[in-house]
Amino acid sequence: MLTRRAVLGGMGGGALLGSLDATFALASAPTERRLIVVILRGALDGLAAVPPYSDPEYRRLRGSLALPENDGILDLDGRFGLHPALAPLHGLYRAGEMTALHAVATPYRSRSHFDGQDVLENGVTGARDLKDGWLNRALGLLGGERLGLAVGQSVPLILRGDVPVASWAPPEMPAADSDFLSRLSILYAGDAVLGPALQQGLQAQAMADGALGDVREGQGRMSGDRMYGRAPRPQPLSGTAQAVGRLVAVANGARVAVIELGGWDTHANQGVINGQLANRLRDLGEGLAALKPALGTAWRQTAIAVVTEFGRTVAVNGTNGTDHGTGAAAFLIGGAVTGGRVVARWPGLGPSHLYEGRDLAPTLDLRAVMKGLLIDHLGLPADGVERVVFPDSRNVQPLREALRA
Amino acid sequence: MTSAAAVIAVSRFGLGPRPGELAAAGRDPIGWLKRQVTASAPEFPAFADLPAGPERMGDLLRARQQRGDAGAAALFRQSFRDTFRQEASARLRTQIESTAPLRERLVAFWANHFTVSVQRPPVLGLAGAFEREAIRPHVFGRFSDMLLAVARHPAMLVYLDNGQSIGPNSVVGLRRGRGLNENLAREILELHTLGVEAGYTQTDVREFAKILTGWTMARAEDPGAGGFRFVPDIHEPGGKMLLGRRFGNGGESDGREALLMLARHPATARHIATKLARHFITDQPPEAAVARLTRLFRDTGGNLAAMTEAIIEQPEAWAETLPKIRTPHEFVVAALRATEFNGPGETILGSLRTLGQPSFAAPSPSGWPDTADRWIGPEAVLRRAEWSMALGLRIAAIRRPDQLFAETIAPVAGRTTELAVARAPSAGEAMATLFASPEFQRR
Repeated sequence: MLTRRAVLGGMGGGALLGSLDATFALASAPTERRLIVVILRGALDGLAAVPPYSDPEYRRLRGSLALPENDGILDLDGRFGLHPALAPLHGLYRAGEMTALHAVATPYRSRSHFDGQDVLENGVTGARDLKDGWLNRALGLLGGERLGLAVGQSVPLILRGDVPVASWAPPEMPAADSDFLSRLSILYAGDAVLGPALQQGLQAQAMADGALGDVREGQGRMSGDRMYGRAPRPQPLSGTAQAVGRLVAVANGARVAVIELGGWDTHANQGVINGQLANRLRDLGEGLAALKPALGTAWRQTAIAVVTEFGRTVAVNGTNGTDHGTGAAAFLIGGAVTGGRVVARWPGLGPSHLYEGRDLAPTLDLRAVMKGLLIDHLGLPADGVERVVFPDSRNVQPLREALRA
Repeated sequence: MTSAAAVIAVSRFGLGPRPGELAAAGRDPIGWLKRQVTASAPEFPAFADLPAGPERMGDLLRARQQRGDAGAAALFRQSFRDTFRQEASARLRTQIESTAPLRERLVAFWANHFTVSVQRPPVLGLAGAFEREAIRPHVFGRFSDMLLAVARHPAMLVYLDNGQSIGPNSVVGLRRGRGLNENLAREILELHTLGVEAGYTQTDVREFAKILTGWTMARAEDPGAGGFRFVPDIHEPGGKMLLGRRFGNGGESDGREALLMLARHPATARHIATKLARHFITDQPPEAAVARLTRLFRDTGGNLAAMTEAIIEQPEAWAETLPKIRTPHEFVVAALRATEFNGPGETILGSLRTLGQPSFAAPSPSGWPDTADRWIGPEAVLRRAEWSMALGLRIAAIRRPDQLFAETIAPVAGRTTELAVARAPSAGEAMATLFASPEFQRR
């Protein structure tokens, strides 16, 4: 069901053969519109990415993780700002090509990554209710073949289903990201063989990264064995954006692409202006901005949705990080987007407004955003989107204001 | 039996669980292992149509005869390399799919004990055949039979140069002024039989090398070219003294007698017992177990089925659950057995290179190391973590981490690992965590 040429290439050293010549069956696509969905796996901290800095509770609840207002937050609309590492998105915002969404969530209300991502991707309310992805079902409505492209080592649930999709894997075995390695170092702590070896490996790597200028020092709190100063990994978006843009821009190329980015599960030492999360955000911002020149003239026909499975706790946890939450932030980006706005029915961070006393309460169903994109951007029939793509979402009205007329 | 015992049976004695294997072994782990010793060898479909060692050696000798070194080089570049890839893939396939993993582990153990390596180019075309022809038939047979098969196989004769060793006083030696190559003789004494501390001398090495002169391959123009042939014209005449025993004018039978003597030697019993115990019990094997296994080796004349059953029965083997670190090869095979990932052989061979244990390519005749300190270093753990992530992401679409966890390390997993797998930010990372976990890195 998949064009896996590139996927199969990639498991060991020199044999990694990611390739740009993924083939697409159609000579002429049924639409010139492009939809790119960027999934941030691990739960992006929306309050760090899009700080609600005017909320009186923000600074109190965020404590040591609150961003400073001066030479910190990049203002959006007087209520919300952007994390300074997302500066490239600020440029797009001012150009009217980026919309920030806040207090958004799928119908999922527990805090398991797996189930949360399944709901984000299968498009229904239960993690196990459907085994195919809503974007694959949308491709079915769109008609045509292999208009879907999975960027990465496997096809994610959101693109899995009856309609064949292509896949493209970047050419190298990714270095394990620091978050993964820091979790491993906990597992290895009791292992007399593996533990010391990992610590040494991490130190050596940090040194190498430092020599290369990739170390972005934290805020003093980020010390000890959980911070390694490694560049954001795996597979920085900024490194693959060029290729992805090309694959989507070409006349007979993909029209729907999915990019997965990991490393957002910032339970410990997530950092403030700099650090672990800032590094991931910097890569995200630079990568998304790099898609614009990569897409060329197709940029005007492109909408990019940046989504995550849920948000993170409002309050800081005991390890200078945040735990799994509910309401999240999301972005719509692209030449086809009515940008320069923040879409948020803000519930407030006061104690009585938090979901279960701890999380940002969701006020916007992510399916409303996606339904709007499918109908207004890709031109899919509203009843098909209602029946097939998001089957139990009749009470979720499509967000119709997201795109240029 | 506890479920930890099932993990020991399936992971330490086997190659890591395939789905359902833990449950199957769990009812009677010792019985599950012993049945593999007594069962007849299963069919090996992956090995059908692979060329015999003598046949490939014959190709090499003919190429060299016709076109000299250039002919040999051309053969190595193309045809032998193809054979190597087919053989390495077939071996991996067999290990990944085997339902008799103890047998496969022993094949790997003995092939490593009697290492041949593609660091010598001719071995490219012979290594797989060597394992199939000299090792595999004897893993539950007699050690002496395996030793004889090894010493007669073209892969070993070419890898350790005995094919070119010529008695200085033989017909050919006198005529051409050529002489001994003691490589094979030394390694048989040091690595294959007595062990380096057994007290043999350099004189023993030379005398044994003389005994082994004449053990070579039939020439290109001879019938059975490339197969074993004793050539009297290069055999050193006269008496030789090996370990105090006199060998006379027996020709080929002297070599055979010498090998049988070495196979029966008490030092060999101890050497083999120690290596087996290190492989199946722990890096620093307990003396009591080594002593029992040594005695058994001597008492049974090196009966490897009896040895295998005895190791299974050592109480020390069941005392600690995960004392051994998996080698890269064991790690990759275990991960692919667990996931039933059906990747192309080329890709897996690339993985083994990346992780530091390319197939059939041990760095020296002593084979790949069998202790953790030789395998685990800073770069090695990072690469294992990276490979874990690569595989985890690759299979995120086809396997569920909770199921994979239950089918692999669940009975022995610490709470930290269990939580780390359960709470990983994505399915791919959950499986990466599982593969990289100490419980999966160990056996």
